[in-house]
Amino acid sequence: MATMAPAKPSGRGPRPSGVQRAAAERTRTTLGRRRVVNVVMIAVTLVAAVVATLPLVFILWHLVQAGASSINLAFFTQIPKPPGEAGGGMANAIVGTLVLIGAASAFGLPIGIGAGLYLAENRGTMLANTVRFLSDVLNGLPSIVMGIFAWQFLVKPMGKFTALAGGIALGAMMIPLVTRTTEEMISIVPVSLREAALALGYSRWRTSLVVILRTALPGIVTGALVAVSRIAGETAPLLFTVLGNQFWSLSLREPIAALPLQIFNFAISPYDAQHSLAWAGALVLIGIVLIISLAARFATRSRFGHGGD
Amino acid sequence: MSEAARPLVTTRQDDTGIAARIEGSAIGDSVYRWMTTAFALCVPVILILIAIGVGEAAWPAFKTFGLGFLTSSDWDPPHNVFGAAPAIYGTIVSSIVALVIATPLALGVAIFLSEFAPPWLRQPVAFLVDLLAAIPSVVYGLWGIFVLQPFLRDRVMPFLAGLPVVGKSALFEGPAYGPSMLGAGLILAIMVLPFISAVSREVLMAVPRSQREAALALGATKWEMIADAVVPYARSGIIGGIILGLGRALGETMAVTMLIGNVHQISASLFAPGYTMASLIANEFAEATGDLHLSALMAVGAVLFVLTLIVNGIARWLVWRVSREARS
Amino acid sequence: MVATESPRVPRPTAATPAAAGSAPARVRLDAKTLSAFFGAAEVVRGVSLPFRDREVTAIIGPSGCGKSTLLRCLNRMHETVPTARVTGSILLDDQEIYARGVNPIEVRRHIGMVFQRPTPFPTMSIRDNVAAGLKILGRKGPSKSETDGIVEDALRRTALWDEVSTRLRDSAVALSGGQQQRLCIARALATRPAVLLLDEPTASLDPISTQKVEELVYELRRDMTVVIVTHNMQQAARVSDRTAFMLSGELVEFAPTNTLFTTPSDSRTEAYITGRFG
Repeated sequence: MATMAPAKPSGRGPRPSGVQRAAAERTRTTLGRRRVVNVVMIAVTLVAAVVATLPLVFILWHLVQAGASSINLAFFTQIPKPPGEAGGGMANAIVGTLVLIGAASAFGLPIGIGAGLYLAENRGTMLANTVRFLSDVLNGLPSIVMGIFAWQFLVKPMGKFTALAGGIALGAMMIPLVTRTTEEMISIVPVSLREAALALGYSRWRTSLVVILRTALPGIVTGALVAVSRIAGETAPLLFTVLGNQFWSLSLREPIAALPLQIFNFAISPYDAQHSLAWAGALVLIGIVLIISLAARFATRSRFGHGGD
Repeated sequence: MSEAARPLVTTRQDDTGIAARIEGSAIGDSVYRWMTTAFALCVPVILILIAIGVGEAAWPAFKTFGLGFLTSSDWDPPHNVFGAAPAIYGTIVSSIVALVIATPLALGVAIFLSEFAPPWLRQPVAFLVDLLAAIPSVVYGLWGIFVLQPFLRDRVMPFLAGLPVVGKSALFEGPAYGPSMLGAGLILAIMVLPFISAVSREVLMAVPRSQREAALALGATKWEMIADAVVPYARSGIIGGIILGLGRALGETMAVTMLIGNVHQISASLFAPGYTMASLIANEFAEATGDLHLSALMAVGAVLFVLTLIVNGIARWLVWRVSREARS
Repeated sequence: MVATESPRVPRPTAATPAAAGSAPARVRLDAKTLSAFFGAAEVVRGVSLPFRDREVTAIIGPSGCGKSTLLRCLNRMHETVPTARVTGSILLDDQEIYARGVNPIEVRRHIGMVFQRPTPFPTMSIRDNVAAGLKILGRKGPSKSETDGIVEDALRRTALWDEVSTRLRDSAVALSGGQQQRLCIARALATRPAVLLLDEPTASLDPISTQKVEELVYELRRDMTVVIVTHNMQQAARVSDRTAFMLSGELVEFAPTNTLFTTPSDSRTEAYITGRFG
């Protein structure tokens, strides 16, 4: 999940602090009452924590309850039936999502890793600071805006909706995440490693790619997988780019089905059969996101142990 | 020079010795530099393209309606009249509702996790709350339509309308038949909560021990320490987190589209359906009638774009200010 | 196991080690009025120092005296730091390494360096680490079987072969600190450099590993030029033939090791080696 966290908090400097004023106030109230307040507030925050986790529980429970029954072989192998008919599946949408993920990665990963390398190796320069800032800005844009961008520059000129446009929109969304993790992972590699390579006669590019990048690779792969798991569930950009497709399609130059898009269309349709499929699709989508997250965690287990004195 | 001492790496065997070059390494370094720079430049280029693309598409609408586009409520595609006020209103209201609901909860969770929770409980609960952020928007929408909305309609809204004083107010008037601002705001609250909570949690945990100990040493209870010393110290960061949540709420599309009713109207009642900018674009894009209609939708997108930039900019500035003060 | 009282490394005799009574060994690496800067700060001031073939030259001095910077100038590593600058000249086999058109990468292939902290490449096996300097030669480099031979040779010279021969494919970071440092030395030796530079190579090692590395350094002088920077005077006395003493960027005294430690000619040298400062 991409969040911003400040390095450290601050308060305003030492005025006659809230603490001291409150301490003065406290001498006027009884200790007993204060103790009650203390306990009550602990309970309140506990309740808040419980309430905050409830939606998750509810959603997952409903997903399983409503979706599990529709998960069968047909779901994974068939395309949707005409509206009103029972049965059918979302196989084309699942495949379509995979195609989109592939296209997005092909666009977003090289740019993200390359930009991350640049930021890590040129820290402090004005261009690096600007790019870092703008990358954060890009990260905060609503995904619908990315869809509009792809529509304006790819769909309109080409005259049709394409999987390519969707891939580019999603790939552009991946860039800030991948850039940030790449920069962090590269910066963590100790300077001594770079020096050891240079002293051995490695050129700068070889040092960066063969030694540094390779060392940072597990972390970068994790970042890439996290980025993928984020875009896998995106729908809004797809509304403007891929249109959806009721049939099998793998072509980048044609509209393509996608799981989140299909879920949306089925959810707002008037047919119960399609509602059931929507639930099943949602369950599968969450499953995919979960699998990718787990794969990300798996990738960071270091393959080699660390010895040494 | 003995055999063993002769360098293995021989250069071209003229007397230029070490002045000889290895082919390719100088070129390789240049190519590498250019490529990484080019990739880095893609980021500003994409942003500029987005701005140009949205601006270009929105221009016809702004040219036709001027700034009145932002204040007019008339949305009449057949007659080519468009006004975005309801959508702007709906965006702001739904986001405020979301923040009002989410912020106390998120803060409560954050305080619980950073101050009260035993270590073994901290990780799993934090993980669960953060997991909320991983659920795709469309899944929230699906659950919203089939679970949340009926629940609101059947139980919550009658309850709210039946409240003594508040129930009769304009806030809760009108029939509760389904899609509503309240529903949209509520789902947004759930979606935004993990972000506010995560930022607040990190900020709270970073408050130095010295601050806490100073409060305790003055005789404060644990809660008093939190309320009087810890939270005020972390205030800027928490506000930054809230604004970050606001930024996300503004742009949220799918779940809101599925729950808000998609009606061009401004109503004081939370029970009434409405529109947000993002859901307007998503909803009407597929069936836009004519170029001006499309351009109007893109104009709404432009407004959303600018609004998000401003809000995220403020959030970022707050965070930057916080980390700068922390360093001094 | 307690270290034995008498070091197993023989002390150099008063005569130069090349061969008793013969002319001193020829100068392999020659620094002439070398000055090094970080921005405006002059960290090495006009140092002239010859390093002879088949000898170990030690550079000692208190922290901040510029000895490490001087060492890094010798293989053009100093300039990898932004704002770093060098004036003066350094000749390797009578060729100026700072001449226009000289590629620093090429210089570094002839002059190897070992750093204070062991830095094996973590994603490579032991064998690949040692061969790392050879891989970059590409087509002009040794074949796979030749490489295996070079790797074994380097590992034998650093007394690692017996310990790692059965696990050459294992990760290099699985080795102990002392073994990793010897691995780094093997890696530097594999390219058969003319000169080997060592920057406080035993600073992060335990006494046993330190002893092994010191023995190794003393052996290496048989066929190359060795320069070692150390803050440990006893180490300098143990392994080197000549010693240079630096203070605040300047070369104060340069003499055969025994002479410098027993009858230093400069009072500052004497103050340092008797521990009055540093």
